[in-house]
Amino acid sequence: MNTDSKPLNTAASKPGKTELAEMFRKFIDPQFVITDEETLKPYECDGLSVYCVMPLLVLLPETVEQVQQVMRLCHQYRIPVVARGAGTGLSAGAMPDAGGVVLSLAKFNRILHIDPLARSARLQSGVRNLAISEAAADYGLYYGPDPSSQIACTIGGNVGENSGGVHCLKYGLTTHNILSVEMVTVDGERVVIGSDGLDSCSMDLLALITGSEGLLGIITEVQVKLLPTPEIARVIMAGFGTVDEAGAAVGGIIAQGIIPAGLEMMDSHAIIAVEAFTGAGYPVEAAALLLCEVDGTKEEVQEHIEKAEALFRDFGATSIRTSKDDAERALLWKGRKNAFPAMGRISPDYYCMDGTIPRAHLGQVLNEMQDMSKRFGLRVANVFHAGDGNLHPLILFDANKEGELERAEAFGSDILELCVKVGGCITGEHGVGVEKIRQMPMQFTDPEIEQLNAVKSAFDPQGTLNPGKGVPTLRNCQEYRAINAKPQAPEVQHA
Amino acid sequence: MPDITKHLQQQINEARNQGHKLAIVGAGSKQFMGRKINAEQLDVGGHSGIVDYQPLELVLTVRAGTPLSEIETALAEKNQMLSFEPPYFGDRSTIGGTLACNQSGPGRPWWSSVRDQVLGVNLINGKGEKLRFGGQVMKNVAGYDVSRTQAGAMGTLGVMTEISLKVLPRPAITMTLSRKMEHSEAIRFMNARAAEPKPLSGACWLDGTLYLRLSGAHSAVEATAKHWDIPVMADGDTFWQQLRNQQLEFFAGEQPLWRFSINSTAATPPLKGPWLLDWAGSQRWYRGDSEMATMEALAEKAGGQVSLYRGGDRTGEVMHHQQPALQAIQKRLKHSFDPDALFNPGRLYSWL
Ligand SMILES: Cc1cc2nc3c(=O)[nH]c(=O)nc-3n(C[C@H](O)[C@H](O)[C@H](O)COP(=O)(O)OP(=O)(O)OC[C@H]3O[C@@H](n4cnc5c(N)ncnc54)[C@H](O)[C@@H]3O)c2cc1C
Repeated sequence: MNTDSKPLNTAASKPGKTELAEMFRKFIDPQFVITDEETLKPYECDGLSVYCVMPLLVLLPETVEQVQQVMRLCHQYRIPVVARGAGTGLSAGAMPDAGGVVLSLAKFNRILHIDPLARSARLQSGVRNLAISEAAADYGLYYGPDPSSQIACTIGGNVGENSGGVHCLKYGLTTHNILSVEMVTVDGERVVIGSDGLDSCSMDLLALITGSEGLLGIITEVQVKLLPTPEIARVIMAGFGTVDEAGAAVGGIIAQGIIPAGLEMMDSHAIIAVEAFTGAGYPVEAAALLLCEVDGTKEEVQEHIEKAEALFRDFGATSIRTSKDDAERALLWKGRKNAFPAMGRISPDYYCMDGTIPRAHLGQVLNEMQDMSKRFGLRVANVFHAGDGNLHPLILFDANKEGELERAEAFGSDILELCVKVGGCITGEHGVGVEKIRQMPMQFTDPEIEQLNAVKSAFDPQGTLNPGKGVPTLRNCQEYRAINAKPQAPEVQHA
Repeated sequence: MPDITKHLQQQINEARNQGHKLAIVGAGSKQFMGRKINAEQLDVGGHSGIVDYQPLELVLTVRAGTPLSEIETALAEKNQMLSFEPPYFGDRSTIGGTLACNQSGPGRPWWSSVRDQVLGVNLINGKGEKLRFGGQVMKNVAGYDVSRTQAGAMGTLGVMTEISLKVLPRPAITMTLSRKMEHSEAIRFMNARAAEPKPLSGACWLDGTLYLRLSGAHSAVEATAKHWDIPVMADGDTFWQQLRNQQLEFFAGEQPLWRFSINSTAATPPLKGPWLLDWAGSQRWYRGDSEMATMEALAEKAGGQVSLYRGGDRTGEVMHHQQPALQAIQKRLKHSFDPDALFNPGRLYSWL
C-alpha cells in the first residue's frame, strides 16, 4: 500500500470488486474489464518494477464516452483511478492503487488526423511516440520530443510526465510541442484545453496538465505540433581527459551561439559499459565523452560542424570523430541510446536517477557522487543530457543481495538532495510518482506543498485521481523530512 | 534596486485584513488589455533588477518589475536575446507584465513564447505566502508547472516577484524577403514555407504584401533567400520592430483591435475591415466594431479563440469564453491561490 492515499469513503453503498466489474461490463466489452489475477499481474508496476501493487480491476475502454462513464461511476463511489499509457514510466507514476482501477489507454491508439500544411497531428492518447514521427515522415515532418523509450511510450504518458529526449535543448519538451488536449475530468466531463492556435485566453491550463502525472484528469486526445525534418544532421563524438574539460566545452559551444540539436555527455564508467555492449567505437580511455549533434540546412550544418570541431580541440579533446552519413550517425548514437540496457549487462540491477543541475556544478556533483559511491559501496555510472543539465546517474546494485536495494535508494536520495543543494531539482523528466515523493520536501516548503495540493483539489476535490503520487500530503512531508535524515525503504512491496 | 518582496507581502496582508482589492501594476503599460477594474494599486515596478545571469547556461533570473529594455541590454552584451521578442508598449514595460499577459512577438512560432521560456517563478499568493515553483534549470517536472500557468493569468493568481527564463543566442544574420501577394494565397504560402526545414523566423501579411524573415547562420540564410527567390527588402528589421511593438499604421487609431489565435491555415473570417496576419497565419489582428459573441463564433470556426485586445466595450467580457467545466476549475484554482479574491478581481473575466 502506498502511504499517501486519502482515506476512502467507506460508505456502505460502495460496491465490491465483482459488483463493480459487472457495472463496467454493462458498457465496456467484458473481455476488457480485467479481474483475474494472472491478467492483472502485468499491470502491477510501470518501468520502475521495485514498486508493485495489484489493482482491483484493469479497464481498457475503447471510446471517450466509455472513459466518461468510468469516471462518473468511480467518482460516485470514490474509487481511485490510475491512468496508464504504456507503463514505461520510471517513477511508479502508473503503479496501481490496491483499492482502485487502472484505466489503460491502450485501445486509444489511432492517429486521427495529420495536417501537413498546418504542421500538426491529432492523436488518441495511447498512440506511441515513435508512431507519430513515422506517420508524419511522409510529409517531411516529425514530432520533436524523442524519449529513449519512444518505441513503446504513449503520447498520453508523455503529456503525463512532460517527457523530454535527447533533442530537447533545441526542440523543447512535451510542453513546448503540444497545442491542445482533450481530457475527461474526474467527474466525467469532456473538456478541450488549448486549440489549433498557439495560445489561448486565460491562465495556461495546458501547462498545468502537462507533467501532472495523471493527477488532474484523463487525457484522451492530444494535438501535437510537427516540425520540418532537418535537411541534414551530423554528430561529433569527442573524448576528453577530464569531466571538467568536457563541461567547459559544452559552455564553449553555447558561447559560440550554436544550439546543438543534441548534446549528451557520458562518464568513463558509462563509456566502458556501453562500448562493451554495442561496440560503437567509443573511446574507452576517455574520462568523459560528448555527443554533439548539429542539424539544419546543409550549409548551416557544415558551418557549425567546423566551428564545433575546432572548439572541442581548443578545449582539449583527446579524440574527435564526426559522422559522415546517417549510418555512422546512428552508430555513434547507438551507444548512448543503449546506455540503460548496457548497465543491465554489467550489473544485475540498476537504478536510474533523474536530477537536474546548473551545468556549472557538474564537476562538483560528479566528484561528490564518486565519494558517495565509495560510502554506499555501490558503483555509479553517469549519462547526462549536458545541454540542459539533466543527469541520469545509474546506480548499480544486486536486488538479491540483502540490503543493496535499500542502499541504492538511500544513495539515490542523497544524489537528489545534492542536486537541490546546487540549485537544481529532483526530477528533470521522469516525474515524481511514488518514487520521489519523499524527496519533494527537499525541494518545496510546506506552503508550496500546500499550494500544489490545493491545485490538485481544484481539479479533483475528492482526491481519487492517482492518489498517493506526485505531491505528498503536508502530514507526510514532516515525516519524510525526519526519515530523509535516516534513510529507510518505502512501505511498498518490493518485487 | 532593493528587494521589496517583504514590503509587497506586507501590503497584501494589509489589504487582506482590511478587505481591500488589489490591482497589480508592473508599469501599467498594458492597462488597455483585460477588463476595467476598481482596486487599489499594488506597484511591482519598484521590484526591479537582474538577480542572476548565466550566459553559458542560457538562464536569466530577474525581479518581475524589471523593464524589458534593461534585460535586453544585458543580454545583448553577451550576444543573447529574449527569443520571444516581447512587445514594448513604451519603454518601461516589465517582464512581469509580459508574462502575465503572455505577450510574444513575431518570432513566436519558431523561437517559442514567453510562456515556453519560463523556467520558474517566485510568487506571493493571496495569503501573503512567498512561494517558489520551477527553478533555474531547463528541465524540472517536480510539482505542477505553476510557473507557466501564470502566462495569460494577468495577475489573477498572485504577484510574481522573480522570474527565471531560458534565453537564446542571437542569430548571426537576419534578412527580410517581401513581395506582393493576395490574402488567401499568402495564408497557403506562409504555411508551406513554414513546413520546409529552412531558417524562417517571421511570416506576416499586411495590405497585399507578404513579409518573410530568415535568421540564422550566414550560409543558411543566404542559400534560402536564393532558393525561394523572393526579393530582399531593405531595412526589413524596422518592419519587424514596428510589427513587434504595434507601431505600424495598422495599429494606430481608436477602432477596436481584435486578436485571433487560430489554426494557421484557416480561411480568414469574412469581415469588412483591415486584417494583419502574423505567425504564418496563426495570429491575426482585425480592426473594426463587432460583438464578442459574433467574433467568438468566427474564431471557433477557424479552430481557435478571440480576444478584444484594445478599445471597444471594456465593461463586458473581452476574452474568449471558457467551457463551463473549465470555468469551474479556474474559479477553484483562483480560490486556491487567492482565497479572498484580492488580486485583479474581474480583470480577466467578470467571474474571476
Ligand atoms: C528505457 C527507458 C528509457 C526512457 N527514456 C526516457 C527519456 O529519454 N526521456 C523521458 O522523459 N522519459 C524516458 N523514460 C520514461 C518514460 O518512458 C516516459 O515517462 C514516458 O512518457 C511514459 O509514457 P507511458 O505511456 O509509458 O506512460 P505510463 O508509464 O503509463 O504513465 C506515466 C504517467 O502518466 C500518467 N498517464 C499516462 N497516460 C495518461 C493519460 N492518458 N491521461 C492522464 N495521465 C496519463 C500515468 O498515470 C503516470 O503517472 C524512459 C523509460 C524507459 C523504460
